[in-house]
Amino acid sequence: MCTYITEKIEVDGSGKGPTGWFSVTDASVYVDHPQHAPHEHTVNIDFLNPGIGPSARVALELTEESALALIGAIQAALASAPPGLASGRR
Amino acid sequence: MYDAMLAETVTITGAGGDEIEAYLARPLGPGPYGSVVVIHHMPGYDEPTKEITRRFARQGYLAICPNLHHREAPGASPDDAAAASRAAGGVPDERLVGDVAGAAAYLRGLSSANGKVGVIGYCSGGRQAFLAACSLPLDAAVDCYGAFVVGTPPEGSGLTMTPLIGMTDRLSAPLLGLFGAEDQSPSPEQTAELEQALRKFGKTYEFHTYPDAGHAFFAVNRPSYRPQAANEGWQRVFDWFGRYLSA
Repeated sequence: MCTYITEKIEVDGSGKGPTGWFSVTDASVYVDHPQHAPHEHTVNIDFLNPGIGPSARVALELTEESALALIGAIQAALASAPPGLASGRR
Repeated sequence: MYDAMLAETVTITGAGGDEIEAYLARPLGPGPYGSVVVIHHMPGYDEPTKEITRRFARQGYLAICPNLHHREAPGASPDDAAAASRAAGGVPDERLVGDVAGAAAYLRGLSSANGKVGVIGYCSGGRQAFLAACSLPLDAAVDCYGAFVVGTPPEGSGLTMTPLIGMTDRLSAPLLGLFGAEDQSPSPEQTAELEQALRKFGKTYEFHTYPDAGHAFFAVNRPSYRPQAANEGWQRVFDWFGRYLSA
């Protein structure tokens, strides 16, 4: 099924796309049919910069297990660093 | 039998007079041929949809697939364009109708056209095929597992789709519906509700729901592909268009 639900957030960082690095300003997360992953549904994550254009996009298609493991890995990595070390406000 | 065909990217005039990209595939004989507008699925104006468009040409139809995401992402790859369209809330209904009208007019204007035009769509395009057939004068329509003809997208999805079942009385063309019994978008209950509405308004239709198939069973490059349902479905499609798009 197409869930059609898209979670959108603003982000601050950089991503590497087909033409090189660019600033990412937005991210979309949705569970739907993948373009490439060999599964009927995946968690799809797009890192975007709409200001540059639709091709400024780093795309991921992960299984549910992989997406949850990624969340855990991000939290573990942040927990092992001093609080605020990677903050955008530094 | 002469069976040469040509497939190429063309520019058509869509909704609001906008020039948009489209993929045209047509037999090179003198015709007269029936015409088919192919509406691509939510993942976009991609290679498999172009293959579907060529398949209609090989079968003896003038076929065209408008790039519904062209405006959000001209020149972008189909997956990036689909993501941009999705982030923008999807293809607006009014624009879809204008783009299909432009595609149909383009086909009717070809010298080998017989003047009859059908529409077929997959996934979100299935809903849009129904929408087009309720909004434009067409000769045949095929809805392949279109969601939200009945029912609405979940709250907070950011999409603006409204159910179309209320337009059923305006359906201008015989409708073929091809669905998977294991699909939830649309569910068998929802297609049954649509069938009831079609009966109520005396519309010509045929619905087929395939067991062991879910959403996107025609999609040969995806795990959802179900060869038996797809093969039978293709036969139904060609029978339907053969019946209603012949001169």
